[in-house]
Amino acid sequence: MSGLTQEHAQPSYLDQQGKYKGLLGWIFSTDHKRIALLYLYTIVVFFLVAVVFGLLMRIELFFPGQDIMSPQTYNAMFTVHGVIMIFIIVIPGLSAVFGNFFLPILIGAKDVAFPRLNLLSWWIFLFGAILAVLSQFAGSGAPDTGWTFYVPYSAESDSNVVIALTAAFVLGFSSILTGLNFIVTIHRMRAPGMTWFRMPLFPWSLYATAWIQVLATPIVGITLLMVIAERTLHIGFFDPALGGDPILFQHLFWIYSHPAVYVMILPAMGVVTEIFPTFSQKPVFGYTAIAISSLAIAGVGYFVWGHHMFTSGMSYSARWFFSFLTFIVAVPSAIKVFNWLSTMYKGSIDLKPPLLYAISFIFLFMIGGLTGLVLGSLATNVQVHDTAFVVAHFHYIIFGGMGFGFFAGMHYWFPKMYGRMYNIKLANIAWGILFTGFNFLYFPQFVIGMQGMPRRYFDYLPQFQVGHFISSIGAFILVTGIILMIYNLIRSAHKGEVAPANPWRGSTLEWQISSPPPLENFDEIPVITGKPYQYNTDDLGNE
Amino acid sequence: MEKEHKHHISSYFAHGTVLVTLLVLTVITVVVAGLKLGPLSVFVALIIASIKGTTVLTYFMHLKYDKPIYRIMVFGVFLLFALIIGITFIDYVFR
Repeated sequence: MSGLTQEHAQPSYLDQQGKYKGLLGWIFSTDHKRIALLYLYTIVVFFLVAVVFGLLMRIELFFPGQDIMSPQTYNAMFTVHGVIMIFIIVIPGLSAVFGNFFLPILIGAKDVAFPRLNLLSWWIFLFGAILAVLSQFAGSGAPDTGWTFYVPYSAESDSNVVIALTAAFVLGFSSILTGLNFIVTIHRMRAPGMTWFRMPLFPWSLYATAWIQVLATPIVGITLLMVIAERTLHIGFFDPALGGDPILFQHLFWIYSHPAVYVMILPAMGVVTEIFPTFSQKPVFGYTAIAISSLAIAGVGYFVWGHHMFTSGMSYSARWFFSFLTFIVAVPSAIKVFNWLSTMYKGSIDLKPPLLYAISFIFLFMIGGLTGLVLGSLATNVQVHDTAFVVAHFHYIIFGGMGFGFFAGMHYWFPKMYGRMYNIKLANIAWGILFTGFNFLYFPQFVIGMQGMPRRYFDYLPQFQVGHFISSIGAFILVTGIILMIYNLIRSAHKGEVAPANPWRGSTLEWQISSPPPLENFDEIPVITGKPYQYNTDDLGNE
Repeated sequence: MEKEHKHHISSYFAHGTVLVTLLVLTVITVVVAGLKLGPLSVFVALIIASIKGTTVLTYFMHLKYDKPIYRIMVFGVFLLFALIIGITFIDYVFR
């Protein structure tokens, strides 16, 4: 892009000693890369907790009847699993980790626009995450409402709903501040010569995501406060007996929570958009279309929330309106998929772990997306609403999309982040196990969902046993793959071979600086002279 | 990337004029509320509130003197808000 490869005299961000040393040097650091790793470690810890809850649920569902937990415990399990996974992991995950680490580098900046605000975002995130965990143990029992906190039940349940709501409210602030930081950074801090259409596509996806974070998150924040007010002051926002409307909660909740799906998936799309050209050694196909489709997804994504409410009692006019718009949002998503495939076409494909994860992302996201159309269609939605089909669909989108996008990013940028290489053979094996386990776990849920298995049920009829059994076996395979992948990455961060600056022959700016990067990324701010994703045989970094 | 530009400093007269305008509009809001216009009273109150909000954004928050991109951003946010409220009413009006 700039034809610049920098070797730095100053130590890397990992070795840099600032005002504080040791742990304090991390938790009070305003360096965007250190903050990214703080997010990474926090998210990994909570991810493992939520995975254990998920596994326990699958063990309970191995056979019909009560096996290892009571129905009330099961309700708490899926609530906690959902709250942690959604609010602590998938919503902030990619933006907070890879966005923080790579956005400034990819646009040629030394840091984000507001480094202290960035650190504050992590502290707020940590506080919210701890509150979410506390809600499981403090007071009157773990919340049992599901992560969606639907009224009237969430206004009446005796469980610890208020702390869980407060946790989600606090976590929202972290999301808003990160989004604000990224918008300002992208507007104000691009390197000289980096016009909007010379900017790599991961920052484009972060930009679209940041607008959703800033504009949509306050709505759910206020909504959650309204539920707290309903519980404590009995105001009557949602209680029909007091003149309220329970469907209003669903509107307000999904006005945020559907765009939030794009907060999860857009950065993942951005990550794989970086990976395909690098591992095909070919410029990305349809750069402008991919950039604009990110904005289109973010824009149209605001107006489709009602497809979560087709059976709620919403008016017929609203139902067909939301159904129509839902089909429209599939268009920019499909544009991206075709462009990724076209990028690989006739490319010099190098099937390394990042590309394996990126291709899996397309495969799983397509299954999730196409089954999303089944749910977006009014007639079929009514049949499979609130069944295991929905559970399978959103796990294909969220785990198959955001999750595999995260793993793809982790394997792509790991050598840059830690300056060490992971064991590629082991990473390939872990990917194979993960991919197999994922499909064994979630695909049967499409089948039993269509047969009528409701979601969030602790027990089931005998005809669903085969599907549940296969699904639970898949959970164990999946967890094995996750453990192997994490083991490989943790071990390699300490003992892996030293990575060169540009192990994948990437062309964007992060590959032009040393691995791991120095404190302020660039000795001199690069001047950008052309579009990203230009590959030639001379552009091999300092391998 | 973007070049720094000079900050506009508003005169005391401009600030005073906006302040008086806001106070007058507040008085009008109170007077209109007492006229008992029925369903129209909410509509009129919202119109006056919108004028007041626009005045604050334009002068106190310097949108008038800033780059067009910021005006577009603010307009986009209000448009989004209006669309979301409007679409929600597709449910309530036709239920």
